[in-house]
Amino acid sequence: MTRSTLITHLILISGAIFMTLPVWVAFATSTHAPETILREGLQIIPGGHFFETYNEVLFVEGGVMKKVTATAMLKNSLILGIGFAVGKVIISMLAAYAIVYFRFRLAVPLFWIIFMTLLLPLEVRIIPSYKVVADLGLLDTHTGLIIPLIASATGTFFFRQFFRSVPDELLEAARLDGATSWGFFIDILVPLSKTMIAAILIIMFVVGWNQYLWPLIMTTKEENYTLVIGIKQIYQVLNEGGELPQFQKAFALTILATLPPVLVVLIFQNWFVKGLVESEK
Amino acid sequence: MSGVQLKSVRKTYPNGAEAIRGVDMDIKSGEMIVFVGPSGCGKSTLLRMVAGLESISSGDISIGDRVINDVSPSERDVAMVFQNYALYPHMSVRGNMSYGLKNRKMDKAEIDKRVNDAATMLKIDQFLDRQPNQLSGGQRQRVAMGRAIVRDPQVFLFDEPLSNLDAKLRVQMRIEIKRLQRRMNVTSIYVTHDQTEAMTLADRLAVINDGRVEQMGAPMDLYNDPKTLFVASFIGAPQINLIPVRFDGIALSNGNLSLPGFKDLPKDADLVLGVRPDVLVETPDGQFEMRVDLVEQHGGENLVYGALTGATNEEGEDLELCLKASKETLPELDGKLTLGFDPATAFVFRKDTGERLI
Ligand SMILES: Nc1ncnc2c1ncn2[C@@H]1O[C@H](COP(=O)(O)OP(=O)(O)OP(=O)(O)O)[C@@H](O)[C@H]1O
Ligand SMILES: [Mg+2]
Repeated sequence: MTRSTLITHLILISGAIFMTLPVWVAFATSTHAPETILREGLQIIPGGHFFETYNEVLFVEGGVMKKVTATAMLKNSLILGIGFAVGKVIISMLAAYAIVYFRFRLAVPLFWIIFMTLLLPLEVRIIPSYKVVADLGLLDTHTGLIIPLIASATGTFFFRQFFRSVPDELLEAARLDGATSWGFFIDILVPLSKTMIAAILIIMFVVGWNQYLWPLIMTTKEENYTLVIGIKQIYQVLNEGGELPQFQKAFALTILATLPPVLVVLIFQNWFVKGLVESEK
Repeated sequence: MSGVQLKSVRKTYPNGAEAIRGVDMDIKSGEMIVFVGPSGCGKSTLLRMVAGLESISSGDISIGDRVINDVSPSERDVAMVFQNYALYPHMSVRGNMSYGLKNRKMDKAEIDKRVNDAATMLKIDQFLDRQPNQLSGGQRQRVAMGRAIVRDPQVFLFDEPLSNLDAKLRVQMRIEIKRLQRRMNVTSIYVTHDQTEAMTLADRLAVINDGRVEQMGAPMDLYNDPKTLFVASFIGAPQINLIPVRFDGIALSNGNLSLPGFKDLPKDADLVLGVRPDVLVETPDGQFEMRVDLVEQHGGENLVYGALTGATNEEGEDLELCLKASKETLPELDGKLTLGFDPATAFVFRKDTGERLI
């Protein structure tokens, strides 16, 4: 190994340690008893309470929240993450399909309006969205949690670019082959967009999973909490004091919350990279 | 089977471009018609109007007895082969060929039978389960043809289907297309700008220029009897030799050049003399003298290029002349060659209208 690659590796390794160490500390700390943590602070070596803590967090009612278990919150987070990602892909593909393939007069201005909303974060419209969802009686429901989030300018933009690169002759051949508009979409465009869909699903799953503000104001009942909200709640309880602070559970919850996105990215990373770089039609 | 009729068909694109300016055509059942013409003349547009991929601005197109102006592409009972094949990249060869039939709700056994028959006919049966990106260009071309054949349509439409293939494969596929068309006896329209393809494939040829049919007829009729300067210069390779001349009552002249043997021509108009390279012969008492500047050896024959001495075009430049000669004819470069032709085999056109006078 030459000197320069050695240095490169040193830099990369220290960077990696710098990034992952906090996660590791959170994990190691979560496997200790609360007394140890209170007495000695954060831990870097795993302790002996792994099963005890995680069992309590995941399966015992009242283990983390007053009533719900982390498993229930995990389920809510999964519903949000998957619903968010799938919803975004469906909506943005349909929108892009309309914009690219149907010649209606407002296609271009509509596209630019959609595009401009890219610049506006959710926070800007969070109050009106809340009002709409509340008026529809959808507070504290999964539907209300997901629907307002799935309109996606980013997704629409990516799919539009992709559809525009599909040769016109494919559409023409399909028309001569008797495909309906819907048939062309399902039989030709969707299969062609497979890797693109995969990439967007993955990105959007992670984004959906990490949603914080919207679920926070949307959900009032504990059984609708997502993991991310659960973490916030448990830290709040810690601060309020009273009993012995359950730091190990808070850390365990944090670790649990990071696992699914990490797994999704790890498992699907090949697809993901392919979807982002693929140019072959 | 049924023929195709076009009646005063016009096409104006939304941007105002007039692509087709009134075309009448009567294509008989089972006939193979080739559209040729320079790039941008409207060949593809006309073909796509028959396919239903472009709307018809005015006029009527009918297939058989049915006017199909407002019939959707899939119900016109036509099949099209595209220049870039337009195969569905994610479907197997079988999937590509059966997609149109599935959309027509044909039953499975019939689809399989048709696909297998067509695949055998096109010698692609061993590739049925491959995807298009695992095929060579020629094989893809066959799949595209297969997709058209299985539909058993009234009309085949081809838009420059061979232009993405290499020269050898092109010749081979050309012959195959012709055989196939003969065998299936389906009315076909074939667009190309390759004039060998046009001459060899066509039962009748339509030379299109600027959105109009300049002349239509059997390839050899167009070659032997072109109605206009455009047709004469477009049909035939190597291109016909064109020499600007004027008629003085006795002979055609340009500079020192004087060509007797012509009569009944207008004296007050600019004319163009057209002499095919293969009617020129080397003879000591010929009318032309050529300074040779290039000899192309094609194997069986040689093409000799050079400048015609004694005459110039309006800009005062030399006139290029081409002679088609036997492979033994190997004149020296910069040498002089005397060429003659029989005035009866030459054409004379009016320069302004392009109309042929003799
Ligand atoms: N979608 C369109 N909108 C506007 N004008 C068009 C459109 N398609 C073609 N044209 C114009 O119509 C004319 C005929 O085009 P067409 O594609 O039929 O030519 P072509 O004879 O097939 O040429 P080539 O041999 O290059 O394929 C051209 O002048 C072209 O610029
Ligand atoms: Mg064309």
